[in-house]
Amino acid sequence: MKAADKALQQDKLQAEIDERGRRENAAARARALAERKADSMPVVHGFDGPRLERHVDAEMIDPAPTGGIVEVFQQRYLLRLIVGRQLAQQYAASVLGLLWSYIQPGMRFLVYFFIFGVVLKTHQGTPNFALRLFTGMVFMHFFTETWTKATQSIWSNRALVLKMRMPREVFPLASMLTALYHTGPQIVILVVTAAIVGWHFSMTAIAAGVLGLLILLAFSTAMALLFSALNVLYKDFQNIVATIVQFMHFLVPMMYSYQVIHNLGEDHQAVYQLYMANPLAEAVLLMQRCFWLPSVHNPSAYSDMFPADLWERGLIMLVLCLGLLFLSQKFFSRVESKFPERL
Amino acid sequence: MSTESIVVEHVTKDFTMHYHRTLKQMAVATLRGLPLKEEFQAVNDVSFTVEQGESVGLMGLNGSGKSTLLKLINGVMRPDHGVIRTRGRIAGLIATGAGFHPQMTGRDNLFLNGAILGMSEPEINRKFDEIVDFAGIGKFLETPVSHYSSGMFARLGFSIAIHVDADIFLADEVLAVGDRPFKKKCVEKMQEIRQQGTTIFYVSHATASVRSMCDRVLVLESGHLNYDGNVDDGIRYLQYDDDDDEENGLEGLVDSELGADI
Repeated sequence: MKAADKALQQDKLQAEIDERGRRENAAARARALAERKADSMPVVHGFDGPRLERHVDAEMIDPAPTGGIVEVFQQRYLLRLIVGRQLAQQYAASVLGLLWSYIQPGMRFLVYFFIFGVVLKTHQGTPNFALRLFTGMVFMHFFTETWTKATQSIWSNRALVLKMRMPREVFPLASMLTALYHTGPQIVILVVTAAIVGWHFSMTAIAAGVLGLLILLAFSTAMALLFSALNVLYKDFQNIVATIVQFMHFLVPMMYSYQVIHNLGEDHQAVYQLYMANPLAEAVLLMQRCFWLPSVHNPSAYSDMFPADLWERGLIMLVLCLGLLFLSQKFFSRVESKFPERL
Repeated sequence: MSTESIVVEHVTKDFTMHYHRTLKQMAVATLRGLPLKEEFQAVNDVSFTVEQGESVGLMGLNGSGKSTLLKLINGVMRPDHGVIRTRGRIAGLIATGAGFHPQMTGRDNLFLNGAILGMSEPEINRKFDEIVDFAGIGKFLETPVSHYSSGMFARLGFSIAIHVDADIFLADEVLAVGDRPFKKKCVEKMQEIRQQGTTIFYVSHATASVRSMCDRVLVLESGHLNYDGNVDDGIRYLQYDDDDDEENGLEGLVDSELGADI
């Protein structure tokens, strides 16, 4: 009797729980239903009549861009917009704006000139030391800015990279063009200064300038592509770049003369070769050959300010840099497909 | 005469999930015997062909690989295996948030987005007023898009994409963000470009909307293409686990008319 009573009570309790559960369930379902109705899609019926036929002349192609940097230069309008955007972004909410691109290198120039020229007196025996230093600094600044900005470029544009189809090389390249935009006026200052100091025209000087510029551009582009991709995989690379950039100015012959390095090479051949293997050292030397040497009074007296094999080294370096550019592009295309899951 | 517009052959896309990014985390995970990374197949051996002018609805539950497939067709991602070929200019919006740059104004984003979608400068200038008008963002054109509401964001994105004179149009959840009048405007516009013979690839959960828009339905289930055929059967195929009393009754009918989610 007692057991039956208990069972009855339990049944009643169970029924209550069931009832409450059902009610709660129904409420949840109703809520879900209401929600769905709120975001439902309106229905618009198609037009009557036959549908037009559209003839597309294009070939069947891979929808993903595969042209690399070549394709970027074919879409110049897009490239221009992205460069413009980077410039605008850099100077957003800053009073001095574009001036900042000159204040920093200007200050650095003064400090180097004071320390190396006045205090350490490395300029003794080097006429027009300031011009020589400035020549090196303009092009070094171009490289460091390209490298630093390009390394972060894909990461900082991930909103676009993830959702829109375009050759991703556009971002590191735009960083390089932005740096070039900043370097332009500095080159003008350089040319004007050289002209005032007494630069005179020679085909050798022009050839050195062109060769130096080509090395610099090829090397910058290669490093921009390589490190922008690496930085997506491991963000450590932007710190590595920042660290190297800090001392890179000291690794090219501009604050001291080439002779010092040459003399070092007499005893330590390996160190000399390592130093000269830096494409930037070669590019800076060629630029000095272009801007500085024709400005001094008696150029032939300063032939020991350049390596004897300047031209051979320059040409080999250009070929190597173009090879590096090719490999960087290959690497970029290879890891590009991993970007979406890494960003 | 009809020609192929999209060809997808045995396409597979893997994602690698990296659980640990720092050296320390990796070391700890290795000591504990936890996996460092895991492979995950978002799209698995999918093949189909779409003819020019066809409009295809892509359906499936969340996480079934629809967006990944759309990104592959759009060219944002590249398949790990298999081949995708498309003919002509592709426009469309993939996933919510139209790929705008948050710090740029609506106007700058409009030009940038247009250029990315393959429009030339004169083409954008010509269509500029029309695009702004359709988006209805008016005075916010000069405001950075990070200040936009999600609806405005989606409206501008959709407006740019739909004004590209494209041969293939891809549409994803972007449409789900706008309010009802805007959605209606979008769907009308899509019907219009469908009428002009543009291939349409439409991702939606709304059965009634797919029914009115598409000639064919593809159903993805955890990366596999499990159904490819006419619309009504496709929708029936999808409704397998949706047999609740309420939804099969009168309310269910109303529901589907309105085009609610599955």
